[in-house]
This record gives sequence, C-alpha cells and structure tokens, in this order.
Amino acid sequence: MSDKQKWAETTLAKALERGKERKEFKSTSGFPLERLATPEDLRSDYDTALGYPGQYPFTRGVQPTMYRGRLWTMRQYAGFATAEESNQRYKYLLSQGQTGLSIAFDLPTQIGYDSDDPLATGEIGRVGVAIDSMKDMEILFDGIPMDKVSTSMTINAPAVVLLAFYIAAAEKQGVTADKLNGTTQNDILKEYAARGTYIFPPAPSMRLVTNLFAYCSANTPKWNTISISGYHMREAGCTAAQEIAFTLADGIAYVEAALNAGMDVDDFAGRLAFFFASHNNLLEEVAKFRAARRLWAKIMKERFHAKKERSMMLRFHTQTAGCTLTAQQPDNNIVRVAIQSLAAVMGGTQSLHTNSKDEALALPTEESVRIALRTQQIIGYESGVADTIDPLAGSYFVESLTDMLQEKAEEYIARIDDLGGATKAVEQGFIQREITESAYEYQKAVEVKDQIVVGQNEFMVEKVPVGQLHKIDPATAEHQIRKVTEVRRNRNQEQVREKLDALRAAAETDANLMPYILDCARLYCTEGEICNELRAVFGEYRATEVL
Amino acid sequence: MADKKIRILIAKPGLDGHDRGAKVIARTLRDAGYEVIYTGLRQSPEQIVAAAISEDVNAIGISVLSGAHGYLFPRIIELLKEQNASDILLFGGGIIPDDDIPGLKEAGVAEIFTPGAPLADITNFLRSRYAS
Repeated sequence: MSDKQKWAETTLAKALERGKERKEFKSTSGFPLERLATPEDLRSDYDTALGYPGQYPFTRGVQPTMYRGRLWTMRQYAGFATAEESNQRYKYLLSQGQTGLSIAFDLPTQIGYDSDDPLATGEIGRVGVAIDSMKDMEILFDGIPMDKVSTSMTINAPAVVLLAFYIAAAEKQGVTADKLNGTTQNDILKEYAARGTYIFPPAPSMRLVTNLFAYCSANTPKWNTISISGYHMREAGCTAAQEIAFTLADGIAYVEAALNAGMDVDDFAGRLAFFFASHNNLLEEVAKFRAARRLWAKIMKERFHAKKERSMMLRFHTQTAGCTLTAQQPDNNIVRVAIQSLAAVMGGTQSLHTNSKDEALALPTEESVRIALRTQQIIGYESGVADTIDPLAGSYFVESLTDMLQEKAEEYIARIDDLGGATKAVEQGFIQREITESAYEYQKAVEVKDQIVVGQNEFMVEKVPVGQLHKIDPATAEHQIRKVTEVRRNRNQEQVREKLDALRAAAETDANLMPYILDCARLYCTEGEICNELRAVFGEYRATEVL
Repeated sequence: MADKKIRILIAKPGLDGHDRGAKVIARTLRDAGYEVIYTGLRQSPEQIVAAAISEDVNAIGISVLSGAHGYLFPRIIELLKEQNASDILLFGGGIIPDDDIPGLKEAGVAEIFTPGAPLADITNFLRSRYAS
C-alpha cells in the first residue's frame, strides 16, 4: 500500500467521518480533481515530459530566459469609431507603456462591407474601428512609426485585404514590408465554429489563409501569419480541455492546407501563432497553457516531421476571459482579471490583453483600460512571478492536471481526426454542438448555484448606478460614410477597374491573390469592392444552425 | 409548464456573431416547453420580421452585443407595425447599458435582459405574458 493510500485510510478517513467535504470537486473541463496530488500522481519522467525552456517539448516555455530577458508584450486590444479617434487611443496607450498595438475592427470591416453598405447600418465604429480603404489605415497610423511598432490585427475572412492596406500604408511611410512586425488573426475555422465573421465558404477561405502564409513567408519574414484561436470558442462556452483540442485541431488543418498548397513545413510553421483565453480557475489555466505547448510540439514533430525547433514552438497571445466579467459590481472584475493574468503569465504567454472592468456594459473607458494595463504591470514588476521560469512546474497538482488536460485534448483530436479533420468537423457542426452543449451546461450550473458567480448569483447587492461608460459619437457613421465616398471620388477610376478585374480573373485560377489585392489597395480600392470581386467568384457561406 | 402552442423566434440581428446567449436562451425556452425557432446569424430586421410572420410566432427575442441595439430594436418594432403584426412581442438582451433601456421600452420593446440575468427571469417573463 502506498503512503498516500495509508493516509487516505487513516487520517483522512477519520476526518471525513467527522465532516463531509463542501462538494464534489471537478475541473471546469469536467473530470474529478485530485484531493491531494503527490509524487505518485506524476506519470511521466522529467526529461521527456518537461525538459528545459527553449527546448522540445517546450512545456516550460518557448524562450530560454522567458521573462527574465523581456516581459511579455502588453498588448491591449483597442479600436472604436473612426481611424482618427482610434489613432488617438493608440498614441495614449503607447504613452502609458503599452508595448504593442492590437486593432479591433468594426463588424462591417470584419465582414467585408464598406461603411456605406446598407448592411453596415447601426454597426459603424461600434465594436472597433471602421477601415474602408488604405486611406483609413494611413490615418490610423499617423505619427506611429510602422517599422517600430508591432501590430496585431483581429481580422479573419478579409485578412488578406487588411494586411494589404497595412503594407500599402507602411510603404507611404517609407517602411518596406520586410520591416513589418505583427500578426493577422487570419483564423477562419474558428469563425465558422464560434465567432461568426465569415464571408466565403471553407475551401476558398482556406486558400486565402494559405495565400497569406505564402506571401508573408517570401516578403514579411517577421509577420505572424495566423493566430490560431481558442479564445472565441472558449468565450462561446467550451471547456479548457476542449479549447486546447479545438485550437490545435484547427492548427493541424492549417498545416495540412499549407502542405497541400506545396509549402514546406519548416518554411511557414515558425510563423504560426496561437491565441488562448485565460479564465478564473488559476491552476487549470496554467496547466492548460503548458499542456497545449507540449502537445503542439509533439504534433509538429511526430505528425508533420518538422525539423526546425521553431516550427514546434507554440507561441501564444492571451486575453483574459470576457465571459467571466459581470455587469453587477463591475469593480470585482478587476480581481478576476488579475487572477486570469497571473495564470497567463505563469503559463508562459508571449503577449497579454487584460480586459477592463466595464466590458460587460460597454466598450471600456480610458480610465478602466488604464487599470487593466496597470494590472499587467503590477504582475510584471511587483509580484515576482516573472522572475523565474515556469514557476509552478513540479507542483504535483499542476503537473498531474497538465497531463490530464493533454490526455483529454488528445482524445478530442482523435475524434476530430476520425471526422476527417477540423474543417469537416465544423462543416458537420460537431465543434459547434460541443461548444453549445458546454455553454448550456455551464448556464444551468449558474442557474442552480452549483457554480457561484460572485455578485451575480450570490453575494448580490442592490443595483447601483455604474459610472461613466464609453459612448460612440452618433456622428461617427456619417463621417465615415463621407470619407469613403470621397476616397472613391478622388482616385484613378480606370486603373481601379483594371486592377479589380485582374483580381477577379486571378481568383478564377489558383494564383496567390495577395499581389493582386495589394495592387488594388495601393489604388484606394475599398475593402467592400475587393471583397465583392471575391464574393462573385467564391460565393458566400451560409451556416447551418446548431442548437 | 408553458402552453405548448406558444412559439418564439430567437434571432441574431445585425452582423454580430456572438451567439452564446441566443443559443442558451433558445435551449432554455425549448426545455421550458416553448416551440423555439432560431434564425442563426446576420439577420436583417426585415428578415426577422418576415420570419416571425411566416412562422406565426407569438414573440421575438433578439440578442445584440455589438452596440447596434439603438438601431435594431426600434427598426424591428417599426417593421412589425408596418406589417400589422404589432401583436408579436419583442424582447431581447445583450450588452445594453441601463441608460439605453428606457428609450427602447418607449419604442415598444417589452423587456430587456442584461448580462447576468437569471434564466428564470426570462421564462417567468414569458409565462406571465402567456399565462392565460
């Protein structure tokens, strides 16, 4: 009998006779949690399971010095109204010590509609900045040197178009494409599964994704071509184990698509980046990040036979979990965000966005964004957790949880493989169904208080008026529509028509569309015009609804 | 238990893709005994009203997280009036600041449920409307 069993049958058994435990303890991923982890729970040996930072399997981190060399990039996702107003917010954030930009686009921009399209009514500048053409991109980066700043763009279906605007605007600043540093989210699969800003059907969408890979591999060596995102699937309700599985399954699909397009794995895999959520369950989240890193390294090595170490590294951005924020007692959200940020940092994130306390109510105010950024700075400069690498490694519990999450994720990936991969799994609604099911289960748990949400279903107070909220100026839409109309008026119409026709013709072939889109961008073709050419050839995706 | 004949259309108007709330509500209402039709994403107010009329629903529930509620709710009310279908109840939820709620109610929206609202509030609301 092991020492742990002995303890359980003697000391523990007596205590349990005297009084029961508070409840049945389960991870948010659904499996029962160890009461007490001990060395017996460690299933694998140190060298193969953990190794050293900067070395396979990267469980302990992707860089040899981690945050002792440089802290993670503090990157607040921001953007609203017009390019003019967002430009001011970016300059403010940079002046406050933020180290990278992250552009939030409004929904019409994310779905390929110009601001004067009837479908854009009511949505212009609401959830992000409206960008209709290269003109807006020039304004957005006015006074911000594009060779010095790294920019992440949350853009998916039309990622090729917005990257073209970015490259073309940089050219006007005198910055060549090879100097550009940043990320395009460019992850269409999770749009079908959870986030919803798709335009085209899966096959042509995957082509655009790999067109961007190929173009960047030759022209923008510092650009992260994709941010394979679990964040939105987690926000839509999936569990931590599902988040790892669905994200890496999408990753597998992108690698396969690029290989099928004739690329060599080591030519593009090093530019793949990932994006995860960080939730309140601190230890499960730390374990999740570590398990994801180890599993991706294994997949790249064993399934895709990558040779370069960099191809096997899961580098990721983290955002704290928007769905955990409560509209009630919003100040409590500061604490949630701090816990979630701590998980991301102890999990070895490369960059981090911290949500603001008022985001269950509206876009954040400048003041609440500052608190969110300060949260990261306090963790980085005061808490000490960044002073040593992978500080929770060796914790019996964290290591056993890391193993367990990896195992659960591998089971899911095997099921997705059986369905024919992530694209097929999405087309069949498998991933959507899993997400919806987990979301509903969670909500029912909240409803009956199996899951306590402080301030929302327990520890409530009478509703107090919240302070100032961010408001979008109603003049935004009018201003933006006027601007796009002017852009269309003041350009060389003949050349515009010629390049749009060339784009459409190229879309009918197997050509890489990126150079054609860049030609259009430089002539101030609008996003809607470019996307409409592609819609004419590719058609539009219609979702089958899964409840 | 709710009257089996009560039919509810749950819809996602506008371009917003955040459908977690809409789907959870649809499932909840279905489990509470209502007949639920879910439209899916990116429905224009015109499409929503057309679907509500052709499906002969008693109520429409919409979910808006994009900040476009100030346009979408009143537009649906207006279209219902134009189609002589004002007997169809409109309720909804999403990221909707408290300050905006009185205006929406004045426009004719029956009820707004904001983040954290218990599911029971929504089922109770419908039950009280369709008790008889």
